[in-house]
Amino acid sequence: MDRFALAAANRLAGNQPDAPALELTAGGVQIRFGAPVLIGLAGADLQADLDDAPLAPWRSAIVPAGGVLRLRGRRGDWGGRVYLAIGGALAAEWAIGSAGTCLASGFGGYQGRALRAGDRIAVHPRSFTAADGMRWWPVGRRPAYCAQPRLRVLPGPQYDMLPEAWELLLQTTFQVDQAASRQGYRLAGASLPSHHHSLPSFGVAPGAIQLPPDGRPILLLADSQTTGGYPVIATVIGADLPLAAQLLPGDRLAFTATDLVTAHAALAEQAAWLAAGPEDDESGELLAQAGAIG
Amino acid sequence: MSGRIDLMGDAALLVRWPAELAAAGAPLAAMAALQREPLPGVIDLVPAIDSLLVCFDPLAVDREQLTVRLQMLAAHPPLTGLPAGRDVTIPVRYGGSDGPDLDEVAAQLGLTPHDVITLHTTTEQRVLMIGFAPGYPYLGWLPPELHLPRRATPRVAVPAGSVAIAAGMTGIYPAALPGGWHLIGRTDITLFDPAADPPALLQPGDRVRFVNAEAQSGPRRLTQRRKAGQGAEGETQRRKGRRGRKEV
Repeated sequence: MDRFALAAANRLAGNQPDAPALELTAGGVQIRFGAPVLIGLAGADLQADLDDAPLAPWRSAIVPAGGVLRLRGRRGDWGGRVYLAIGGALAAEWAIGSAGTCLASGFGGYQGRALRAGDRIAVHPRSFTAADGMRWWPVGRRPAYCAQPRLRVLPGPQYDMLPEAWELLLQTTFQVDQAASRQGYRLAGASLPSHHHSLPSFGVAPGAIQLPPDGRPILLLADSQTTGGYPVIATVIGADLPLAAQLLPGDRLAFTATDLVTAHAALAEQAAWLAAGPEDDESGELLAQAGAIG
Repeated sequence: MSGRIDLMGDAALLVRWPAELAAAGAPLAAMAALQREPLPGVIDLVPAIDSLLVCFDPLAVDREQLTVRLQMLAAHPPLTGLPAGRDVTIPVRYGGSDGPDLDEVAAQLGLTPHDVITLHTTTEQRVLMIGFAPGYPYLGWLPPELHLPRRATPRVAVPAGSVAIAAGMTGIYPAALPGGWHLIGRTDITLFDPAADPPALLQPGDRVRFVNAEAQSGPRRLTQRRKAGQGAEGETQRRKGRRGRKEV
């Protein structure tokens, strides 16, 4: 869902940005590692502990053999997903060029389903140094994660069919409905105009905001279907999809209009952050120097 | 008469054609053109009934080049360059528990169930798009005698392999899914196998002919049914189609 955090976690673990990793959600999890590995954790603060010592997200760490990573759930006022990358290769089922899990059709990833207690995942770890385990991702190189984000939108292909819906969309604060999944979020808060438009299905993409006849918008996300027939009144820009990906049912969000030049500039900026990569943890370096001197 | 181009977010453009150009195959013709001469940075093409979604990497594509190319294809889709497609034959057991809506469909259309089967098996249909669920083909077009709207109330679960009609098209359910189309029969063919390359049996542009499995093989012999997952090669007859053949 949050492709920026996924890429950052992978960079922290020394992997390619799009390498397979684990998406851990706010429900909490406990993972035991059978061998020493370098990990990268990026995304929401879900109260991670590594062998009972707090582990902040946007950092790398070295896990000893038998080490236990535990996540207890959201700490701050935002964030539903954190990404755990493991230095090396994660054994995942690839299908159609992806190691992602297609939950709806049950293939890819790990047996085509969400992980459950007792599952074992094979890893082929890469070697690492102590310094690899002391990197962090500077705040200035992250999207502007926050509670109640204001997502930037472009007009959708059917925006001129329902111009009043576009206006209302920009004036309303919505809430993510309980009917929220990786496919999309139902948005509650205000009913946009209902309508009777029935269109031949057309290709849709993550970020599209569909307006079904009942006037309650749907924001399509990572596991979006490939085609749909509801009018698409607006689309969230790619650079703001990480912010959308971090929402949980009950969270609030709003929309603001932008233009294509701004959208592409924001994407280019994020690509530059990812290219720059993580930094050595200066506090760690200082400690090491102090040790060397003392 | 020309298509229009709209943004679908900052990484895709939706090209839509007027009804006549769409019916003449503009989306598939444009897709074929973009596959023959690919543009750097274009990463995915999603053809549909009257449109083509062109997905690109905004940081890798030459937007001006892409826009010029799509404007050309919107105005003048190369209809003579429709994808050759393959010919695929799909055996169907019509009616009974395999096609529980056949009798009702016939009654609604003022036909006999036999008429419906005859019309459905004598019409060559083209895969217009894949959508709704992995491997789900939209096939068109059915003759006007078989046109009827979707069911008023969709079913919560339609069995895998169900062959269904609605809105002038045929659909085949690759897996057990909710569905609002009228179920007239069922096939044992595997439509989607994530381990296969490509995973979807049918591709946009393929020509499909349905055959009545009962009529072909006489009385139904359950033991000869193929299990899903054993591969569909044996049941489909594929051969290279003729290039440039147009279907409306």
